[in-house]
Formats: sequence, structure tokens, C-alpha cells
Amino acid sequence: MKDLPDTEITLDQAVKFLWEEADILDRQDYDAWIGLWDEAGLYVIPVDPDTEDFADHLNLVYDDHQMRRARAQRLQGGFSISAAPPAKTVRTLSRFVVTASEPGSLTLRSAMHVVEDKFGRQRLFAANVEHRLIATPEGLRIGQKVVRLLNSDGVLTSISYLF
Amino acid sequence: MTLDSVTKDPQYAALAKGDRVATPLYEDPAIFDVEMEKIFGKAWVWVAHESEVPGKGNFKLSWVGTQPVIVSRDRKGALHVLVNRCRHRAASVCEVKKGKTSSFQCPYHGWGYALDGSLRAIPYAEGYAGEFDKSQLGLRQLRVGTYQGMIFATFDQEAEPLEDFLGNAKPWIDLFMKQGGGFPIKTLGEHQFKVPMNWKIQLENTTDAYHFPVVHKSFLQSLDGETNQTFSFMDDDDGWVEDLGNGHSVMVMMPELIDLDENLDEPIPERFKALAASLEDRYDDAQIRRIVRAVGGCGFNLNLFPNAGCSLSFFRILRPVSVAETEIRHIALGMDGGPAEANQMRLRLHEHFQGPMGFGSPDDAEVWERVQRGSAGGVDMDVMVHRGLGLEEDSPNGLPKGDISAETGMRAAYAKWQEMMA
Ligand code: FES
Ligand SMILES: [Fe+2]
Repeated sequence: MKDLPDTEITLDQAVKFLWEEADILDRQDYDAWIGLWDEAGLYVIPVDPDTEDFADHLNLVYDDHQMRRARAQRLQGGFSISAAPPAKTVRTLSRFVVTASEPGSLTLRSAMHVVEDKFGRQRLFAANVEHRLIATPEGLRIGQKVVRLLNSDGVLTSISYLF
Repeated sequence: MTLDSVTKDPQYAALAKGDRVATPLYEDPAIFDVEMEKIFGKAWVWVAHESEVPGKGNFKLSWVGTQPVIVSRDRKGALHVLVNRCRHRAASVCEVKKGKTSSFQCPYHGWGYALDGSLRAIPYAEGYAGEFDKSQLGLRQLRVGTYQGMIFATFDQEAEPLEDFLGNAKPWIDLFMKQGGGFPIKTLGEHQFKVPMNWKIQLENTTDAYHFPVVHKSFLQSLDGETNQTFSFMDDDDGWVEDLGNGHSVMVMMPELIDLDENLDEPIPERFKALAASLEDRYDDAQIRRIVRAVGGCGFNLNLFPNAGCSLSFFRILRPVSVAETEIRHIALGMDGGPAEANQMRLRLHEHFQGPMGFGSPDDAEVWERVQRGSAGGVDMDVMVHRGLGLEEDSPNGLPKGDISAETGMRAAYAKWQEMMA
């Protein structure tokens, strides 16, 4: 891992960052979202609620930088019928818990609710989200994001936006 | 309305008309009820893969139509498919999705059942007059059949043997299992999602190549050039779709990938080169080529009436929930005992297309739901499945064989639907 600035990330900074990310995702501004990432970061939505070994298990999403970019392109390129027009979403993040803190990085878990609206119907998803944020000279970046959907190993619906 | 009055109505079978089907097939709850009795109540229905119940005492919950079942392996290793309903007052006896046990105990009054479904113990038996005949009150058993690791069950004790029902599909199942690359096939996990549509809309899709370049444009755009070429089957003229009888059909997209043990000396595609290199220290060249070729899966989709698809590298299982609700399972398959990086690559390929957030499935789900929504309009109009009719040849099995985009597979399924609904 590259050298990180030694600055401490405060909870206040982290929460503001996550709310900004949530706003970007609800606006479906995926280019801006890609910009929030550290290129080496992994974005995972596992099927197995308990696993930490994402590589050897099936996931809903397992995105490195290249797959994140391809996904953003799919969702905003206008060629995906499920995303043209996409469902609208409104999400809330709350109940922040810091799970690890080091100079230059902060890991926090939060509760997320996403309400989706499409075809005149609304659906609700709830998830525990874990972000590892890192400090860079350009500001905070996402070093890893793991979204543990409630019922991730049960029956879901198709989803054409990001958590 | 009782089922008896419904099932004697000969009108149902007439709703499938060969090259078209009547819209109420997607819409009418009464038809759905008859389907559950006459099709899912009689046919051999896919319930699990043997690797999901690998050892003695293993069990897995599943469904036959709308009925909940337990797939279990008893202490002698024999498989059972049991209706998940206590014979006392109907409580489900198991709500753990998958696991290992020595018995199933009903949570309500404590009746205990063995892994083979037989009733073993009841508390306070003296409350029943005379001798309590346990032999009459085991869990309801379905007939079980397996083929190449796939477990099927039927409620019909008179049904033809499973192998006869699979018939011409068997050689294709044999080919499909070659994607183990010499290792046994095992399930690696699954995506499950529900779509507001009739189950037959999904059934039609497994051998529908016509939709691929339209619906999956954004998936195709996410591929590298070489891989994109692999998926250009609609522009090549060497693929085909074939009626296999009994409602089954096969769609061959990449004829060069029908038999994964052939053409092993072909150059290794770019996207598999790193994988091949990483295997060099553990396997010889022939085995590496076999593994690498198996990772991408087979070049065809096989549709097994009424609920299973063997598609490229995974099982696609449908479960009818109600007339306008269907659950789909996309089960990833891997090599049991094979190299971890090969299985990882299969998982990543699966995630790329399949499941609730794949680059393909949400677009499929969207158009399937659109079919259901659209079919609320003009119920007197028929759904057309006549593409390719009149252009078909006879297959070696003496059944219709159309070009890659023909709706031959749908006609095959609806012919079986009609036969069973009569
Ligand atoms: S319902 Fe099962 S023991 Fe009574
Ligand atoms: Fe599709």
C-alpha cells in the first residue's frame, strides 16, 4: 500500500463523506462516484452474510477498478434497458460505528435503507455497509466498501443501481 | 371453484396453438392452479444438485411447483424428497435452508421424522385409542431420480422413468458436465431473485437467442473484443436451436464449444492466458488446456421442461410462485477439487452476467416484467412464437431444428405444456 498522509480522519469528516457518496448515488452521477475511489479499492456485495473471503465465494458484486468503471458505463450508457430509465432511489445512512482507526485510515460501519421507485411500485432494501476510508493528498477516498444486504442469501429482486 | 371442476375443462390445452399461445397463459390464476396440478404435480421437476446434499444426514430445502420439499440423504446415502409438512397438523418440519441433521422434529407437538421421512416418535402416544400406526403417517415422499448429479422428483408414482423423460436431452447433459474439466461438478453458490412475471416467460427465455444482442447490448459492450466475438452467435450462421422432445430444447450458440474435450490444441484465448500460466506448476499441458477450456463453460443452453436450464456454466432454476410471480435461482458451478483460481474465475464470470446485480440478469428481468405488464393489454391477442417456422429442418432425432434465433424451443415447451394440460 502506498504511503498515506498521517492525518487522523475524524468521524465528522467520514460521515460527511458518506452522505456525499449517498447523494451522488441517488443522483446516479456514477462518474463522480468513481472519483471517490482509491483505484486499488474493492467494492463487494457478498451473497454469504458472514464471509470475509470474498474471492472464493459468490458475490452479487465484486468490482475492482476496471469492473467499477464498466458498471458505471453500463448504468449510464443508455444501452441497458433496466437502467433506461433507471429506478429512482432515496437512501439514508445512519448508526455509524467506527470499527478500526489508524493514522490515515478509518473503517466504519453504518446502517443503510434504500427505497427504490419504478413501474409505480416501491421496494425497500436494508444493509449494513462497511467503508474503509483513506486519507490522500486530494482528500478522502474509499479503500474498500462491503455492502451486506439483509437477505443477501435469500430471494432478492433485480437491481439496476448501486448500494 | 374446485380443482376438479377446473381440470375437466378441455379448453386449457387448446390455449397453446403450436405457433402461438393465448395471453391468459400468463395472466389467468385458474390456469396457474391447473398447471401446478397437471404439470408440476406430475412431471420430473429439478430439485437440487447432489453436491448440495453431499453426505449422509445432509438436507436442503427446495420446491416442487408451489409445494415446499426437503431433499435429504439418509444414513445409507439414499436420497429422499419429502413434502415439508408435518402429518399431524401441517406445520413445516424444517425451516433451515441447508444443513446436516439426524432427524426432523416438528416444532408444534414434537412428532419426529427420520431422514427418509418415516415417522419415528410421537409424544404422549397414549392419547390415541388403540395402537398408533406410525407407518401410515410418514412425510409424503416423492419419487426421486438422478442424472449426472442432478436430482429430480415427481409426485406421479406412475411417471415414466427419469431417463426416458430426459430422452434426447441426456447426451447434452453429459456434454454440459464436461465443464468440470475432469473434476466432479459442484455448486459454488447461487443468486436468487424474484420477477413479477409468469413462470413460462422465463422458461421461454433459456433458448431464445433472438433477444440476446438487443437486451444484452450493455453486457456485450462491457466485454473485450475477443470475448465479444464469442457472443456474436446471432451474426454467425453455424448455431442452431433444436427441439429435443418432451418439452426440452437446446440452443447451440458456440458450436466449437459443444464438447469441451475436443479441439484442446486450439490457442488459449487471451482472457485465460494468465490463468493457464498460474496452473503451470501443478498440472501438465493437456490438463491445463482442459481446465482452462472448461472455465468459460459450454457453448450451449439446454432447457429441461418444466423448470431447469443448463446454461453455459450454471444452472438456471425457476420456481412458479403465483400466476404473476416467479423466483429464479442462478447456481454457479465449479470444479470439485479443481484449482482455486479456476473456480475464482468461474465465480467472477458468473457475477459479471448473472444475478440481481449482474450485467445481464437485470435487463432480462426488465423485459420479462415488461411481457407481464404488456400482456394485461389485448388479452384476445395471441403471443407469437412462430419465428423460424417453415424454415426448420429435421434434426437427427427427427424433431424440428431451426436456425439460432428460431423460436423452436418455445414451441417444444408449449407442445409439452399442451400435452400435459389436456
Ligand atoms: S403439527 Fe407437527 S406435531 Fe403437531
Ligand atoms: Fe437474456
